[in-house]
Parts: sequence; structure tokens; C-alpha cells
Amino acid sequence: MAFQLPALKYDYKALEPYIDAMTMDIHYNKHHGGYTNNLNAAIEGTSLTALPIEEILKDVSKLSPAVRNNGGGYYNHNLFWEIMSPNGGGRPQGELLNLIEKFFGSFNEFKEKFSNAAATRFGSGWAWLVWSDGSLKVFSTPNQDNPLMDVAEIKGIPILGLDVWEHAYYLKYQNRRPEYIQNFWNVIDWKAVESKLQMAISKL
Amino acid sequence: MKHELPKLPYAMNAVSQAISERTIEFHYGKHHQAYVNNLNSLIPGTPFENATLEQIILEAEGPIFNNGAQVWNHTFYFETFSPLPKQQPEGEFMWLLVETFGSFDEFKSKFSTAAATLFGSGWAWLVVDTNGKLAITQESNAGNPLRKGQKPLLTCDVWEHAYYLDYQNRRPEYIQAFWSIIDWSIIEKRFLAAK
Repeated sequence: MAFQLPALKYDYKALEPYIDAMTMDIHYNKHHGGYTNNLNAAIEGTSLTALPIEEILKDVSKLSPAVRNNGGGYYNHNLFWEIMSPNGGGRPQGELLNLIEKFFGSFNEFKEKFSNAAATRFGSGWAWLVWSDGSLKVFSTPNQDNPLMDVAEIKGIPILGLDVWEHAYYLKYQNRRPEYIQNFWNVIDWKAVESKLQMAISKL
Repeated sequence: MKHELPKLPYAMNAVSQAISERTIEFHYGKHHQAYVNNLNSLIPGTPFENATLEQIILEAEGPIFNNGAQVWNHTFYFETFSPLPKQQPEGEFMWLLVETFGSFDEFKSKFSTAAATLFGSGWAWLVVDTNGKLAITQESNAGNPLRKGQKPLLTCDVWEHAYYLDYQNRRPEYIQAFWSIIDWSIIEKRFLAAK
């Protein structure tokens, strides 16, 4: 069965003023839609079509660059839309906050570490908060790689991701990536991140 | 040694049939300038304090390489544009392009494919390779062919910042427009110097 572009749970303009409607429209329909179509084309007629995306990414070093790039692009954008909301922002609560404080010292120290990972990724890529070997870690990956892939420097289950490809922010922020990163904190859906954490913990 | 942002050899709106004034303002005025500024703040107290950009490209790693190579790459890219370009090469260089790639159009098509298919941020290049032959290559991020002993003749920036304000996700349209402002007299001079 072919992979589908998942429906967005909010309007293109819902994340304004932090992420503008034109960026959402092009990012979702053209970029995410493009990765979805290219992934389907790359796996058509192979046994990979029977696997969930997570399983495909796990052994991606043995697969073609088209599967790595487009499979990563498909998964990463799915996650990105899920962890944002027009009612987002604020701080995490409960176990997520406890674990963030345990592994990073405080929420603010975590924010700084994550923002720094996003700002210093040279070229295109993603910053991640990952559940990995029983702890939370922050790092970044190039292009459309992610922590599920066997090629990743740190492997684990991503629970929060920030797209720092220029297409994610250039229409509104141009060269000002740090401003985009700062505004991202206003749209993070911490409940969605918490539920990803619970799923990640129960899997390991 | 303090590195400087070189002057653009044309006005910001001079190549707007392909690249808008707004894009040039950001690309040259902000991105290129930031690479110069970053490099100048990174090198004091390092072995690269008095190095040329070429030495940095050959020997540096990490942020000094990234910023130094990006200064060089952008200068090399912006230098090739003209509002009144020589539209195709001639002489020995043209002859070699045809011999290597089949025809001038075939060359353009192969170079365009290299630029369109580079995944993520980076550059497409026409180089004289280590065997003295013309070749089309791709480099990610700040990559530069000098590092591999090749001599660059032409480059196309396919970082999204080079085209996103004008073309958004339509990178192939940007590449097609790119050809209309390439001044082949400049590439010919580079070829003669590389021989």
C-alpha cells in the first residue's frame, strides 16, 4: 500500500504569526507531498511496500539514497506537523518535564541546548529531542536523516523535531534562522510530545 | 588577515530576469556578508589567521572551512552573472565542451541535472578534473572542488536561499533561468587560466 500524505489537523494559517500560511501550504503540499510521491516511486514493486515507515528507516544504509532521502522526508514532516498546534507553547508537564529536568538540568537549559543544535546545523537538516537508551538526548542530523536510521550518530525514537531546511522558514525569516527557532517554542504541542515520549518508553 | 566582501560587479537589480533584487540583497548582502564576518571572527589565534581562502579550503575543517569555502564559493558564483552576458562560449573551450558532453545543450542539460538532483544544500560545478578533462560534479553544503585538486570553472548555488524567494520549491525553474545570466566570457577566461 502506498504511503499517504497525512491530513493536517489545523489550517495553513493556524500557526501564524510564527509560521505563515504560504510557507505551510508550500511546505506541506509541495515539499512533504514531493517526499511522499518520491518515496512511493522509490519502493514501488519491492517488498518494502509492506513495511511501516519506521521499519524501512531502520535498515536504510542498505537501501537506495532515494529511499533514505524521501523516506526520511516523509517521516520527519509527519512528526513535525504532529508536534505543533495553534494552542501550543508554554512548558511541558508531568513525566516529560521531570525527564527534561533530570537529563538537562532545567527546561530552560534544554531549550537552549535544542535551539543551539538547530541554529548550528550547517546546511539543511533537523534538530531532535530523542528517547535513546533510557535517556533524553538532543542533537541534529543532516538533510532528511533522523534518529531511527541506522546511519544516525545517535539512535533512538524522536519525540520532538525542528526542520531547519531553509524552505521551512525562508519566506518569512530569510537568513534569520535564530528568530524562526525562537518562535517555534510558541507552537510546540507539548501534549503531543508527551504522548510520543510515552509510546517511546513503552516500546523499549 | 581580514577578509572583505568583494563588490558586486553589477547593480542588485541587474539580473532580475533570473534572480530578483530582493534575493540578491539577502544572498549577497546577508548570507555572503555573514560568511565573511563569521570567518573573520573565527580565525584570530588559529593557524588560519593569515591564510588565504584557498589555503583555508585546502586545509581547514569545521566552521573555519565552512565559512571560508562559502566566502569563496559565493564570490565565484556572483562573478559569473551579467545583465548583458556573452550567451555561449567559443573557441577551444567550446570545442572541449562539445567533445566532452556531445553539444553545448547536452552540457547544459547534464549540469542542470546535477544541480537539480543534489539533495539538501550545496553546489553544482563544472571543473577541470585531475586528468585535465572537463567534468560536472556536485558538492554538499560548503564543498569546493579545489579540495579534490580540481579547477572550478562554473558553479550554481542550490542552497534554498539562492532561489526560495523567487521560485520556492521549483528549483529546476531557477536553474533554467540561471543560464540566461551566465557570462561565458568569464568562464572562458577561467578556462584559459586553468589550462
